[in-house]
Amino acid sequence: MAVEPKIRLDHVSKVYPGTDTPAVSELTLDIDPGEILVLVGPSGCGKSTTLRLINRMIEPTGGRIYLDGDDVTDVNPDQLRRRIGYVIQQIGLFPHQTIAENVATVPKMLKWEKKKISARVDELLDMVGLDPRVYGGRYPKELSGGQAQRVGVARALGADPSIMLMDEPFGAIDPITRESLQNEFLRLQDELRKTIVFVTHDIDEAIKMGDRIAILGKQSVVHQADTPERILAYPVDDFVRSFIGAGTAMKGLAFERVGDLDLAPFDGPNGNGESGAEPTGTITADATLYEALEEMLRTADGKTIVLDDSGEPAGVVELSHLSDALRTAQDEARRHYDELEAAS
Amino acid sequence: MSESVAPVITKRRADQDDAAKAAVVSVTSTTRLWRRFSLLLAPVLIVALALVLWFYYQSLGVGTTAQIQVSSALDWDTKLRPQLTQHLTIAFWSTLLVIAIAVPLGVLLTRSGVRKIGPAVLTVANSGQALPAYGLLIIFLALLGQGARTVIVALVVYAILPVLRNTMVGLDSVDRSTLEAGRGMGMTRLQTLLRIELPLAVPVIVAGIRTAMIINIGMATLAFLIGGGGLGITINSGLKLNQDPVLLVGAIMVALVALTFDWLGALAERFLHPRGL
Repeated sequence: MAVEPKIRLDHVSKVYPGTDTPAVSELTLDIDPGEILVLVGPSGCGKSTTLRLINRMIEPTGGRIYLDGDDVTDVNPDQLRRRIGYVIQQIGLFPHQTIAENVATVPKMLKWEKKKISARVDELLDMVGLDPRVYGGRYPKELSGGQAQRVGVARALGADPSIMLMDEPFGAIDPITRESLQNEFLRLQDELRKTIVFVTHDIDEAIKMGDRIAILGKQSVVHQADTPERILAYPVDDFVRSFIGAGTAMKGLAFERVGDLDLAPFDGPNGNGESGAEPTGTITADATLYEALEEMLRTADGKTIVLDDSGEPAGVVELSHLSDALRTAQDEARRHYDELEAAS
Repeated sequence: MSESVAPVITKRRADQDDAAKAAVVSVTSTTRLWRRFSLLLAPVLIVALALVLWFYYQSLGVGTTAQIQVSSALDWDTKLRPQLTQHLTIAFWSTLLVIAIAVPLGVLLTRSGVRKIGPAVLTVANSGQALPAYGLLIIFLALLGQGARTVIVALVVYAILPVLRNTMVGLDSVDRSTLEAGRGMGMTRLQTLLRIELPLAVPVIVAGIRTAMIINIGMATLAFLIGGGGLGITINSGLKLNQDPVLLVGAIMVALVALTFDWLGALAERFLHPRGL
């Protein structure tokens, strides 16, 4: 656990001139290397401001910011930003430049060689699923919203920054495209292992994208910062509870896989157990408990057969497994927070 | 279930996208076609008008059969050619000075910090144009004396507004999110100005310059009033002598100059327009 945080915000504040109440008040937050930390909260809570304090698009009025242990609160902000990828909801592609020129922005500023730049542009466009030969010469207006944000992500990755800041990157994109962009982005992140700070107002997106989630209230006060599993299992206060809303138990089920359960034995196609009804639904061992519940509801049956890799029944998952799993998660989270409290 | 529905929805959306895009493309391509056509049409009309003028001028018998007054007023080497040169010189320098003053000023007034005084400066520039051109010339005559230089100064004051206003509007209308993205990637303020704001504002700025240039060419016709020369002399002679041929030749020459430079302005707008917009 002694990993040095990639980004450390140390009592960072922002007070706009002419206002008394700070927009961000004494925020302290560590972001570990390679994780996606999602800042989530109701609109106006200062989550975007917080994000923009990290690359100093907004200058903090108090506190220190550290990257890799170096205090960057006073370094040249333009130099700082070239080390940090930045993706915004409005994308902001340069309309008078081709896709390739857009993606080459930061490498060009860093005065890379021409050959290296064009190789990098091709690599990045490939990475985000756009054929460089098809799209490289096009202009932004010729792209759909989803394609444009792919370019936005590729451009932010230009000089291979180790940190990415993403401000509601998929917020303006239709739900179907958003879903596929989220999935692709997570797959990309599996390879790239960037340190990412991701802002959203959508708790479901936060749960999906975040390795950790920081739930922010007014003035960016951190109510709870933890893994999605723990937050769902154990919301620390009413604010968090009301923000994550209804269906927390259901959402929590998505984090565990059927294969990890201690399954009930499968009694054969006809020899059934005490319930008398044969479970009809089937799922694979890598399905989540959420999918298991879905299957139980679909078949209006209290259990579902789990198939192994060869398609043979390996066991049966029952409703009680699910409630047990939830209880275990809640107990684990409560114990974790009790320990934290005891330690402090 | 959900797997089977999703692709259908996606497909329908893609179709709609294509249809919408096709409609947009057809609209832009017709306007583009029309623009290209008008760019080609203008020089044809200009050449036709010039030919008409040339034949008309030949038919007048300047220096031979024409009345002595007409011959003297329309003599090419001593009257028309020097007047044309003066006219173009005045228009050229006044337009160049307008660009040199108004574009940097417009850039300056859209920088954060001095932005607030922008409207005030625009009001002052507005008053330059609100004054009658004639009055403006007289005021500068009183201040600076006779001559083409005075005319140029007066025209700069008169024509600065369109360029200043268009520079400010052009820069202000650049999508803020492109600037946000540029700054966020570590572009300096100067880099965002030179690589994003100015290239994107070029069409609007050039349109302002074109307007100023046409104003200057038109107004240079009044230069003769304070001894600045120009084609206004010939028009004035035609009126004074009550000689329609002199009046016509002068007027058509001014029209030809204005049309030619307006066309050159249109060409500039066309070729300086950034691709991708």
